[in-house]
Amino acid sequence: MNHKEELLMDIGIVSFTLVDLTLFLDTHPTDRTAMEYFNHYVRIKNQLEKEFSMKYYPLNISMAESNKEWRWGMAPLPWEGGC
Amino acid sequence: MWSYERRLQFPVNIKEPNAKLAQVIISQFGGPDGELAASMRYLSQRYSMPYREVAGLLTDIGTEELGHLEMVGAIVHQLTRNLSMEEIEQSGFDKYYVDHTIGVWPQAAGGVPFNANQFQVKGDIITDLHEDMAAEQKARSTYDNILRLIKDQDVCEPIKFLRQREVVHYQRFGEALRMTQDRLNSKNFYAFNPGFDRCETCEK
Repeated sequence: MNHKEELLMDIGIVSFTLVDLTLFLDTHPTDRTAMEYFNHYVRIKNQLEKEFSMKYYPLNISMAESNKEWRWGMAPLPWEGGC
Repeated sequence: MWSYERRLQFPVNIKEPNAKLAQVIISQFGGPDGELAASMRYLSQRYSMPYREVAGLLTDIGTEELGHLEMVGAIVHQLTRNLSMEEIEQSGFDKYYVDHTIGVWPQAAGGVPFNANQFQVKGDIITDLHEDMAAEQKARSTYDNILRLIKDQDVCEPIKFLRQREVVHYQRFGEALRMTQDRLNSKNFYAFNPGFDRCETCEK
């Protein structure tokens, strides 16, 4: 696994943690431990996505600032495999 | 409002095409207990939910289901790309191929097209949450049926992930039903629509 694949895998893991925590917090809105986990992982996700976006391609539109070519349009699509 | 993330919720990297399997798995794209029906069910039911927490949960699960729809689409796409004409004919994929080539179209395994009649929006929180819990179990059973037909590990892993999410969603909808009932009069849970009827003895 190269650095790009590793980073994308880490983003997938952290993002999934957040999806699961979101649903848990929707039905347990006063669970402070879950909120602490959420706050912790959401920061990591933002940081990793920023790093990935700068080195490889933007994963969401807010990280798609472009100069020479439209980076969002050139980015691989997830169903192609390999991401 | 939605924004797109250019990655799958769980990786799908299938090396070997398998048209026979694709014809079965497509049911979770556009079939009666598939991800499209799931997403449309929850995202449509939100408007008539009287409690904000429950409407919020439907939004978040409905959004996750869109991500699952994309995963199932990716599985079907990767199972059908690079097929030879011979494989298309021998696998029985020719009947699908004649209408859609190797495009991904929402239909059930038996060829029945996606239809909004596959889900309901009753406009009653108790009724709708019971449907949602049943839907998660039906999808879980479908994934179990699919898993019994899979021998390829590349296909098995994402399907196992999707199956597990049905179990988690069932749990969360069960909690939403409990939160709803906590607000209601326990002598009178199932006799009225809490979002529509106005009666003094209905709510606590």
